Amino acid sequence: MALLTDLINLNLSDTTEQIIAEYIWIGGSGLDIRSKARTLPGPVTDPSKLPKWNYDGSSTGQAPGDDSEVILYPQAIFKDPFRRGNNILVICDCYTPAGVPIPTNKRYNAAKVFSHPDVAVEEPWYGIEQEYTLLQKDVKWPLGWPVGGFPGPQGPYYCSVGADKSFGRDIVDAHYKACLYAGIQISGINGEVMPGQWEFQVGPAVGISSGDQVWAARYILERITEIAGVVVSFDPKPIQGDWNGAGAHTNYSTKSMRNDGGYEVIKAAIEKLGKKHKEHIAAYGEGNERRLTGRHETADINTFLWGVANRGASIRVGRETEQNGKGYFEDRRPASNMDPYVVTSMIAETTILWKP
Amino acid sequence: MALLTDLINLNLSDYTEKIIAEYIWVGGSGTDLRSKARTLPGPVTDPSQLPKWNYDGSSTGQAPGKDSEVILCPQAIFKDPFRKGNNILVMCDCYTPQGEPIPTNKRYNAAKTFSNSIVEAEETWFGIEQEYTLLQKDVNWPLGWPIGGFPGPQGPYYCAAGADKAFGRDVVDAHYKACLYAGVKISGVNGEVMPGQWEFQVGPCAAISAGDHLWIARYILERITEITGVVLSLDPKPIPGDWNGAGAHTNYSTKSMRSDGGYEVIKEAIHKLGLRHKDHISAYGQGNERRLTGRHETADIDTFVWGVANRGASIRVGRDTEKSGKGYFEDRRPASNMDPYVVTSMIAETTLLWQPN
Repeated sequence: MALLTDLINLNLSDTTEQIIAEYIWIGGSGLDIRSKARTLPGPVTDPSKLPKWNYDGSSTGQAPGDDSEVILYPQAIFKDPFRRGNNILVICDCYTPAGVPIPTNKRYNAAKVFSHPDVAVEEPWYGIEQEYTLLQKDVKWPLGWPVGGFPGPQGPYYCSVGADKSFGRDIVDAHYKACLYAGIQISGINGEVMPGQWEFQVGPAVGISSGDQVWAARYILERITEIAGVVVSFDPKPIQGDWNGAGAHTNYSTKSMRNDGGYEVIKAAIEKLGKKHKEHIAAYGEGNERRLTGRHETADINTFLWGVANRGASIRVGRETEQNGKGYFEDRRPASNMDPYVVTSMIAETTILWKP
Repeated sequence: MALLTDLINLNLSDYTEKIIAEYIWVGGSGTDLRSKARTLPGPVTDPSQLPKWNYDGSSTGQAPGKDSEVILCPQAIFKDPFRKGNNILVMCDCYTPQGEPIPTNKRYNAAKTFSNSIVEAEETWFGIEQEYTLLQKDVNWPLGWPIGGFPGPQGPYYCAAGADKAFGRDVVDAHYKACLYAGVKISGVNGEVMPGQWEFQVGPCAAISAGDHLWIARYILERITEITGVVLSLDPKPIPGDWNGAGAHTNYSTKSMRSDGGYEVIKEAIHKLGLRHKDHISAYGQGNERRLTGRHETADIDTFVWGVANRGASIRVGRDTEKSGKGYFEDRRPASNMDPYVVTSMIAETTLLWQPN
């Protein structure tokens, strides 16, 4: 409707200094994203200058009804690609009125790990490959799949083009530009092996900002699928059978790994990760056992295996890294529904702080 | 939806120096196109300044799972008509991590042929007439054809106008402008003899660039059919029976052919092509035997015949060329699903380098 779009796209900067800030937080399931907006008197670029806020935690499973206030602390600002102008998106984390992080606040402990001097000096970089599946609304069947049936088997869809092979590109392309606009370090996108499945990558981002950016990117994606009338799923194995699952492969390096001699540091880090395989797996996303079967480019959930250029491994090292003797490696175990605060900080903790 | 389009059409140049580069390559079947995008820190106009990349070859039938990295080498840059701004499309070819071209990389050998000093001196030009068929999604029946039936026989459709005769012009016209925007040397379009079938021409392009331009034009076409919800077919005989097939007639000339006395050079070249007819046919596209029947403006696949203004010939020489005594000729044998790197380099090789025993 012409009039509604005119209003949505009003450039307020012409008429007022006031801006709109959308405060975003993670809800009680650990995966649901919530947000609400407020007016502020003028533009803000530094999160420390934003006021704390609060919300009704009893409506998100995060507080009891008779003591329902949960406090929102602003942590990261991004430009709002939907409202544009000087309006912003604000990634927050959640505290009790007494100032204690609530149980679902995974950012708090991650920030502590990343501010540990031994970790901070290593400048940990993360590149996260977020896979996701688009579903038709109401029927919850993947986009492009015939309702009541299946598409032809996997093969033609990875990085494909064409109306019979690629489903939902308008969402993916809108998301790419929206994230770049917002200031998220989105480094690429591609169509995935299962039809209706896509991937975007965020990184390289340092320390805690990796989690902030992945959550902001997930929020923008869900806002865009809402516009498109399509449902986004972060389930790690949306369709049973001979169909790929969805992961969140996490690429990682430290200063030592990026410098000469780094390959030895990488191998030592991988060995430590192998010793804590079970603990990592337990924190790498719900339902991952349906995905990590040893088939469909995964390693079995009970097996820890690493290799160069091996996509059937738990951890994959790129050929370039092997050739240069330094670089980074890819933890292929995290599920698409993992919490990036948990995964990134756990990898840093195990490889830098933990002593076997 | 209004808002989604606003986002897709965001002009990022207003907010950041960063650009998006779509890396494109030919997949494991030799005709499937694949692509993925990455962010670069600033605008790039020279392929040699683009980083190499890699992809999961085990997902495209081009590498085993245990050693799945295939390296992408950027070879040609075009402006991205979908993302616009400073964003680009990049035509790549594929190598093993050790630097060997993988078996489906046909560009590598073509580039070697074209950089041969004899071939280079002759300044080969190519004009490729890419025919294709548009199909309705899900049923895979040509666009505009009644489901479960057929349109009236061929006659009214070639270069036609009208809702009962021309099907899919929006795809064709969008493609034409998108290619011009991208910097593809598209020289024309026309509706074809079979309803739902169209043609565009790319050229004249020199040497290896003919293949690059044609593959990018195919990519842009399949992106556009994806947007319109229609399926692109490059099958050389999509409908059996009294319906035309689809070809990729390849027009060709060298410096000598374009100069005075060129007509003799042309006849000599055609003679050599005739001696290697079987070798060329086997490289001119899968399924071509269903199309080259001797009917529907083709020559029979086992016959090599050339003639002036003869559309039933394997090779046709235009009346203009005959009259001027110089010019170019048209190899009508290649199928619509041919690989332009293979066809262009093979024509150059046979006519310029090969000597009959």
